[in-house]
Amino acid sequence: MIDAPNVGLLSLFLASILTSNVLLANFLGTCSFISISKDFKSSMGLGIAVTLVIGITAAVCWVVLYYIIEPLGIEYLSFIIFIIVIAGVVQMLEMIIDRFSPALYMALGIFLPLITVNCAVLGVILFMQIRKYNFPQAVVFGFGSGAGWWLAIMLLASIRRKLDANNAVPAGLKGTGITLVTIGFMAMAFVGFSGMIAVQ
Amino acid sequence: MSASSKVIKDGLWYNNPIFVQVLGICSTLAVTNNLRNTLIMVLGVSFATSMGSLTLSALREFIPRKVRMIVQVLVLSFYVIIIDIVLRAYQPAISKQLGPYVGLIITNCILMGRAEAFAASNPPGLAFLDGLANGFGYGWVLLVVAAIREFLGFGSLFGFKIVGDGFTPWTIMVMAPSAFFLVAIALWIANNYKAKAEAAKKAAPGSPGAPAPQKG
Repeated sequence: MIDAPNVGLLSLFLASILTSNVLLANFLGTCSFISISKDFKSSMGLGIAVTLVIGITAAVCWVVLYYIIEPLGIEYLSFIIFIIVIAGVVQMLEMIIDRFSPALYMALGIFLPLITVNCAVLGVILFMQIRKYNFPQAVVFGFGSGAGWWLAIMLLASIRRKLDANNAVPAGLKGTGITLVTIGFMAMAFVGFSGMIAVQ
Repeated sequence: MSASSKVIKDGLWYNNPIFVQVLGICSTLAVTNNLRNTLIMVLGVSFATSMGSLTLSALREFIPRKVRMIVQVLVLSFYVIIIDIVLRAYQPAISKQLGPYVGLIITNCILMGRAEAFAASNPPGLAFLDGLANGFGYGWVLLVVAAIREFLGFGSLFGFKIVGDGFTPWTIMVMAPSAFFLVAIALWIANNYKAKAEAAKKAAPGSPGAPAPQKG
């Protein structure tokens, strides 16, 4: 049905975490990344939530894309359909978590609605569409990208804990400025992996 | 100062989306290694923000509070689809290069941010102006970043070669990290400038306007 790129699942998974990290190489999800990484615990919660949502929506959107959008020839509506799918998945996840694990709901609850407008989720789905992944690849790419985002936000939150307690930062650079510089250094480190595995 | 000139000044400088609100750096930074693509993205964002604000402000009496968010997203994605179709029809090469980033304008936080913060409580004309001012306020910063990146990374501006063959391109400027560094530097300059202006206004040097409140 589709000519999927010839990439192994394991290398795709590693590549989406390290070399083409959604955040550090593709700038996706920077807004919530900067504002949430102030706090270590919230970063953990948001990281888990984003990983879950990206993984599940990638799978659902793949099915919607190749079994509804393409046969009906309504590609021009795909943005709207993807957004609705994301909002729906987030809503359902919220209800399921609330029903089965109130403790987890307390921890993740406030982050779930935020994720609907997180660029990383829509970005991963659009990349999946453009690169024509097959179903297993889409799922692996989704979870890998989510895990990469999670890893990046945990690293940044740990660095910021030390950084925000430090008064040596110039006043004009405090807060967002120094955070952006830190993200830049992290991106350089992650780009250093790029010789290992290549994806697209 | 009239309402509309205040809105314009706020968008371009005093409440600049990048310097003050720190919104929407996500989707557009990725294309800033090339001035032409950046210009197209900036125009797209400005179009979507202004038209989206106009529509949502006109509809604000009719949208129930509970489903506000989803209505906002749907209206905004409608305008982004228009951008996507127009680009595909008239500039297929650029549309291919931009790839998923055109669609990602939908989740650009500036759009939702303005819809929520301004358009939900102001008349349509003013909301349109606010969207436009924020789009351009965001745009000029990104265009400066893109100009630096393209000049140092490729030795060209808008694809025209500027410097001779003796120039060694800075590879880092083509890659992702440089965008973060350049935005941080721009933010630093803006913060310092603001702090100075504020100190001069108050004539009390003891309290320079620190940027965002920070703990520690």
